[in-house]
Amino acid sequence: MTPPSSTSSAPALIWKSLVRNRSALIGGTITLVVLLGALLAPLIAPWDPLKFDPPNRLSGPSPEHWLGTDQYGRDLFSRVLFGARFSLSVAAISVLVGLLVGGTLGLLAGYFRGWVDLVLSRLADILIAYPAILLAIAFLAFLGGGFVNLVLAISVVFVGPFLRVARAAVLTVREELYVEAGRAMGASDARMIFRTILPNASAPLIVEVTLRFAYAVLAEAALSFLGLGIQPPFPALGSMVSEGRAFLSLSPWGSIVPGCAIVLMVLGFNLLGDGLRDALDPRLRRH
Amino acid sequence: MLGYVVHRLVAAIPTLLGVAILTFLLMRAVPGDVVTSLVGLEANVSPERMAELRRLFGLDLPLHVQFGQWLGAVLQGDFGSSLRTGREVSQDLALRFPVTLQLTLMSLLTALLVAVPLGVLAAIRRGGLVDYFASLFAILGLSVPGFFLALLLILLFALALGWLPPAGFVPFTENPGENLRHMILPALSLGLILAGAVTRILRSSMLEVLSRDYIRTARAKGLSERVVIFRHALRNALIPVVTVIGIQFGSLLGGAVIIEQVFSLPGVGRFALEGINLRDYPVVQGTVLFVATAAVLVNLLVDLLYSLIDPRIRYE
Repeated sequence: MTPPSSTSSAPALIWKSLVRNRSALIGGTITLVVLLGALLAPLIAPWDPLKFDPPNRLSGPSPEHWLGTDQYGRDLFSRVLFGARFSLSVAAISVLVGLLVGGTLGLLAGYFRGWVDLVLSRLADILIAYPAILLAIAFLAFLGGGFVNLVLAISVVFVGPFLRVARAAVLTVREELYVEAGRAMGASDARMIFRTILPNASAPLIVEVTLRFAYAVLAEAALSFLGLGIQPPFPALGSMVSEGRAFLSLSPWGSIVPGCAIVLMVLGFNLLGDGLRDALDPRLRRH
Repeated sequence: MLGYVVHRLVAAIPTLLGVAILTFLLMRAVPGDVVTSLVGLEANVSPERMAELRRLFGLDLPLHVQFGQWLGAVLQGDFGSSLRTGREVSQDLALRFPVTLQLTLMSLLTALLVAVPLGVLAAIRRGGLVDYFASLFAILGLSVPGFFLALLLILLFALALGWLPPAGFVPFTENPGENLRHMILPALSLGLILAGAVTRILRSSMLEVLSRDYIRTARAKGLSERVVIFRHALRNALIPVVTVIGIQFGSLLGGAVIIEQVFSLPGVGRFALEGINLRDYPVVQGTVLFVATAAVLVNLLVDLLYSLIDPRIRYE
């Protein structure tokens, strides 16, 4: 047993163990590449993702079209870049909304206990018992597709889990001596929640965020695959896979390329999430 | 034990009621209803005729009255009739549930057949080639969308090799062999993905169990390694696996919605999807409540399974 060196701060320690962790390193690299590709899509896409090129339809990879073309001759590489951009924005905002709403409610439930906890925990039970995909599908079928509704449909599913995780984290923290001390010193509820409890309860929430991010990308892909996402011709990875289905035996590229893009994105987040979990809280690793 | 089961079932009632209310409100929260989607774009249907149809379906009543009527009927086992086909929802559910159940059970079987040997071997040969492969398999299982795996399987086994049909369904009672042939690819699509999650959890719980004192004792007694691994270690390592399967059951049903769509299987998931698209209120309400109840029951079953695997766990 070597005592932790007194010069390293907590963030530095976390960073060190992240870099030493192989899956975090691979996952981080994939995520970085995907993020860059999505952010810079308008700059690096070699073709207009919506441009038809009938003579070159359903072609495989070539020097002009690196990953081939779809049934209208549209460049798959360019479409995948824009699809990833869309996918990531939906995922990021859904997770953020789910975290803000569910996390806040969970904090309140865990901090105030009593009837607040009772009402909110019941709400979480209902949301979690609701078949998640049906909830999202019903939302989109009734409200229509599009960016905002996709985000709404996915974040509604996230409120329940975030509420539970935040509540559980707060419950373990609130019995600590330093919380009692803060209260004895007359700190306000708001100060207690944001300055004392939240920082100490954040590790499980951060892990939950990375897990949910991967899940959000998968959910967006599934909903788009069912035709409930954004309207064509705009490229979404899930709907590209679905459109390519009809031409599977002629040219499988139309489905395989966007499918692999989804796998790569989710894989990156999952690997990064695993590494982050190990680095943030070694105790969580056991389960 | 019986008291525990009753307690759990009673505790689930408010949750299921909440699910029912949420569905009910969600379906009515937006403009348009089944009458508008039935009538569609036909312009020659008079507003009077549409009002008459609404009255016929009871859609002109206040919301709480509609909900009360529906709930009253459900408590007597009557889920109402489809507004589109006029068939009883419970009748359709009874027809379609076996398809989804078969898909779910075959997927579960696939998952266990793959994950148990892989997870156990990975834990025994920790750090070896199998362990590495198991980790790769597990993380891929968590990262590949079910519908994409389904397409890859169709591409390989149906289009390229021609071994299995790419889609469609044959009832088991009609032709058992054909039924199984049609269910293999759907079950693989769901099962291999579940296998990823199960492999991962089994590996880590095996590792934990193998480091326990009673394993050392068992080895010291001179028991064969096979008995130690399967009788002593695996049995104890299965508890978290059962938990994961219980939790995953919900997502298995969710995955079934999409897989049934991809393979054109007439299951509960596709029934719900059709109902949602047509705003067939009784169909959606009935299916969602049915699925949520099934999930509650499976979780209860899982908790009861614990005491079967580990007799130390008892429910009072």
